[in-house]
Amino acid sequence: MQAGVVVFPGSNCDRDVAVALEQSMGRPPVMIWHKHGDFEPVDLIVLPGGFSYGDYLRCGAMAAHASAMKEVARRAEKGVPVLGICNGFQILTETGLLPGALMRNAELKFVCRDVALRVENTQTLFTSRYSAEQVIRIPVAHHDGCYFADRNTHARLEGDGQVAFRYVDDGGMPTESANPNGSLANIAGVFNAEKTVLGLMPHPERLADPAVGGEDGRPLFDGLVEALAR
Amino acid sequence: MAAVFKIESHNHPSFIEPYQGAATGVGGILRDVFTMGARPVMNLNALRFGAPEHPKTRHLVAGVVAGIGGYGNCVGIPTVAGEVNFHAAYNGNILVNAMTVGVAPADRIFYAKAVGTGNPEVYVGSKTGRDGIHGATMASAEFGDDSEEKRPTVQVGDPFTEKLLIEACLELMATDTIVAIQDMGAAGLTSSSFEMASKGGMGVELDLDRVPMREEGMTPYEIMLSESQERMLIVLKPGVEDIAQAIFEKWDLDFAVIGQLTDTGRMVLRLHGEAVADLPIDPLAEAAPEYDRPWEATPSPAAIEDYGAESAGPPCETLLRLLGMPDLASRRWVWEQYDHMVMADTVVRPGGDAGVVRLHGSERALAATTDCTPRYCLADPRMGGMQAVAESWRNLTAVGARPLAVTNNMNFGNPEKPEIMGQFVGCIEGMREACLILGYPVVSGNVSLYNETDGRAILPTPVIGGIGLIDDVSRVAHIGFADDDEAIVLIGETRGHLGQSIYLREVAGREEGKPPPVDLAIEKRNGDFVRALIQDGAASACHDISDGGFLVAVAEMALAGHRGCEIELPPEQEPLDAWLFGEDQARYLVTTAALSSVLGAAAKAGVPANVVGRTGGNALKLSSGQSISLAKLRAAHEGWLPRYMATPAKSPEGQAAD
Repeated sequence: MQAGVVVFPGSNCDRDVAVALEQSMGRPPVMIWHKHGDFEPVDLIVLPGGFSYGDYLRCGAMAAHASAMKEVARRAEKGVPVLGICNGFQILTETGLLPGALMRNAELKFVCRDVALRVENTQTLFTSRYSAEQVIRIPVAHHDGCYFADRNTHARLEGDGQVAFRYVDDGGMPTESANPNGSLANIAGVFNAEKTVLGLMPHPERLADPAVGGEDGRPLFDGLVEALAR
Repeated sequence: MAAVFKIESHNHPSFIEPYQGAATGVGGILRDVFTMGARPVMNLNALRFGAPEHPKTRHLVAGVVAGIGGYGNCVGIPTVAGEVNFHAAYNGNILVNAMTVGVAPADRIFYAKAVGTGNPEVYVGSKTGRDGIHGATMASAEFGDDSEEKRPTVQVGDPFTEKLLIEACLELMATDTIVAIQDMGAAGLTSSSFEMASKGGMGVELDLDRVPMREEGMTPYEIMLSESQERMLIVLKPGVEDIAQAIFEKWDLDFAVIGQLTDTGRMVLRLHGEAVADLPIDPLAEAAPEYDRPWEATPSPAAIEDYGAESAGPPCETLLRLLGMPDLASRRWVWEQYDHMVMADTVVRPGGDAGVVRLHGSERALAATTDCTPRYCLADPRMGGMQAVAESWRNLTAVGARPLAVTNNMNFGNPEKPEIMGQFVGCIEGMREACLILGYPVVSGNVSLYNETDGRAILPTPVIGGIGLIDDVSRVAHIGFADDDEAIVLIGETRGHLGQSIYLREVAGREEGKPPPVDLAIEKRNGDFVRALIQDGAASACHDISDGGFLVAVAEMALAGHRGCEIELPPEQEPLDAWLFGEDQARYLVTTAALSSVLGAAAKAGVPANVVGRTGGNALKLSSGQSISLAKLRAAHEGWLPRYMATPAKSPEGQAAD
């Protein structure tokens, strides 16, 4: 299996996710420069966290028009799995590959802390290594992670198993105090209808190594490798 | 591998325009580090604000914290440690000191010494505008009533461009093309070009028409003094311009050859083909005059005889009060706004004694901390300077690191006043003694003077930024109690020194007395012992004892570890509060499951070590029968800062301001 990580000039979690992918895949992923619209075939495309082009405009709005992203959209249409983390999630909503939008955090401040997430759907490429309703701990680090979708879209997400992760308390309940950014229905990550595209605000790559305090993020990468191994 | 690190102040700009002032402070120190060829791996800071009740304090805290976060988070360097304190002496003059630690191959360090007649001078980064002109002179003057009018002298940061600049410069450094490189910091193109040329004994000719500009009609004076951010000046080897240009174009940054080195020792500036300046270089840089200012030694303060402890009340109530006061309350509200985990190597996060970041791809890690206790420095500059160094050394030791070296940020008032100059001299003497005995060299630093508003000086604040090395990242100590039913061991001697303590100030309302004495030999003996315990895996948790004393340190360990403890009070300690809240130096708390070997080793090393309690439960219990729940302590400790920041500021007339 081979994965590609799209590198925007302001990406700053590209190395982090490459390390986590290499740990699970046994070889380093291909790094894809944002100006390259034509990159080699890969089994998984990852959009890393960071500030793509500075994000002084709406986060991810400019990145959605990058040469590499036009190709990512074409491949996603063909069913190549795409994982967007943090800024990558913002870019996926800006390109329309995922529904909804990410707005400024409800408290209007950047927030970096561990959060508890409940895995809402384990029948996907991305989440097969987790058990149903498992509560995992990985960090968020963002200023614009308040997920919003209109009423019909939200109903469809809930009905079709497109909610991937929800912010919950230690008991697994999606309470208001467990929600770090004001997201609709405590939504932390969503799938597209086909479950081939996942976007999430929390960073699984940051806790995939016990030496830095946890590895609840690792099964996401291990599961992808297992599902996509050729 | 070499660690490259420095701390620098951005005090005055941050008071005038807190977000941009603090943000560009972070940007400036990052450039100082990567200009030497080091990839930055962590940021720290040391912040001092005015009294919480001062009407400007909230606005300044909110802006400075958001600015530090806004810059560091975007650039993608984790902010892992720091300190935040409040005191009325900073009401009109806050301190924002930013520190960056980077790592570089030891044989690939880049310097700012320009050599080689005919070598091209290259400008890279952002375009030059009219922002920040006279920023350096503003930052070095006392504040008065007109400080608000100085807002246009504050620069505006662009962390995205900084990120590009870091990547492009490090990419260029991997090629064999650079002779010298320096960032354009205070006084912009003037200081960078003069300093680089002076270091190499060269002259320079600059063609100002070629400087990338974002505004039309800029005068030579404006071009040379602009402090537009995210710009670097590089002297290249001859004939490699194309290689360098391709790298900067890849990163969409400006690149322009703006001049060349000469052998004249003079700076010649041309605009539209005409020479607009022709000056000797050395008198403005390396050969600048040195001051030898008169100074007066700070008189030794009287020791406190009567501590006023009888008025304090039960120890658990005093503890609750101390943990919820501005200088001891949790800083979570601050550091959750900093991305402290980007780069995925953060081993010890903020809230402990020191931040720890693993060296990427290795089992080793760097620890770093910023420290200063200004109230000690005011009372006794020499002892205060010594204590700042010792506390930094202790904080590194408490995570298991071997202290390597320090940088320092000397924040003082107007040095033309002999008593202020005396503080400066005294602090340096104390720092020097401590660094010598602890084997803890000073490798860099920054001086910020004239921190006065309307003639009132700040507390003398020589901030120490220390770094240390951990050889085995699996043997790092955290501050939280790690397990139930472990022994809590107090390392070091407790005499109950309350002079200049937080307790004395908060409970008795007195900022008096002598600071706790620092005995550097004991400091070294106790610290070396504790570090060995951690490295041997004998200590399951460790915390140094500083502000607030023993019981505050115990409570911090309990809160961080989410488990309580039972504390055995010593018999016949009078007054008990002095034992519980005194700030005697060279002390640590460790927890251990291997008590007998710890006590045996301590006896052998001649280090005082006493069992003071056991971990477990969900309350902090004293052998006197008193007890307080962790939930109550946590509410006080975590509650103060968020509650304070959410409360509208009172205007001087007592009305809520908008």
